[in-house]
Amino acid sequence: MWIYEKKLQYPVRVSTCNPRLAKYLIEQYGGADGELAAALRYLNQRYTLPPKVIGLLNDIGTEELAHLEMIATMVYKLTKDATPEQLKEAGLEPHYVDHERALFYHNAAGNPFTATYIQAKGDPITDLYEDIAAEEKARATYQWIINMSDDPDLNDGLRFLREREIIHAQRFREAVEILKEERGQKKIF
Amino acid sequence: MFTTRKQYEPYISPFDPCPPIRVKTYVTAPNLYVGFQPPNLPQFPLREALMKGTLWQVFYDPYYSPYETKGKGDGS
Repeated sequence: MWIYEKKLQYPVRVSTCNPRLAKYLIEQYGGADGELAAALRYLNQRYTLPPKVIGLLNDIGTEELAHLEMIATMVYKLTKDATPEQLKEAGLEPHYVDHERALFYHNAAGNPFTATYIQAKGDPITDLYEDIAAEEKARATYQWIINMSDDPDLNDGLRFLREREIIHAQRFREAVEILKEERGQKKIF
Repeated sequence: MFTTRKQYEPYISPFDPCPPIRVKTYVTAPNLYVGFQPPNLPQFPLREALMKGTLWQVFYDPYYSPYETKGKGDGS
């Protein structure tokens, strides 16, 4: 079970009314390397990994839900007061027609979220390597969104999320080292 | 000097349709260099760590957009 804390992991500030940024950010909401995909991937894989690394996937998967909530807040703030005309200018009219201002799990191109974005192979090294790749892809995606965004307050939040991806990748790499069971043995391969 | 921003110069054709980007950059984040984290690494003060996204100085590698850094363009 989870205990919910009614606050965000990092404060979300948005300084400009720019619904176009919401279109980019939705990639991290319902995209292949987004926070939803990450959370579902880790929280599902954790059952069939060796006990030594289950806790790590549990913790990181949980944190991804907190990131999902931050992205949702950013998208909501960027779109809640935008007029249909502004949403049209931002290229969000297909979204508006289908969802009005509601959030939905799809990527920046409008493709709906699918479980085929994630995998659970049951082979621990395979699954952890996928997780490392997922974190690096999410880190790169944050860089590209920061490049496209001219909102310094929003970028501040995105920088925090990107830093967390670096840490998660580091911990997954360490999980691989734990499973290799050769740590501290001073062997050279 | 060590940096997590790497550069390379792609081939520029005399017939390229757009003004060429002569130097391309990419990021090699610090997690690539540390391996299994050794004990007793330097930490940020706790409040600062909460805002930076990491407790560990060695992993802190903030990324800025070219727009924010006034056209520097390499994300550092």
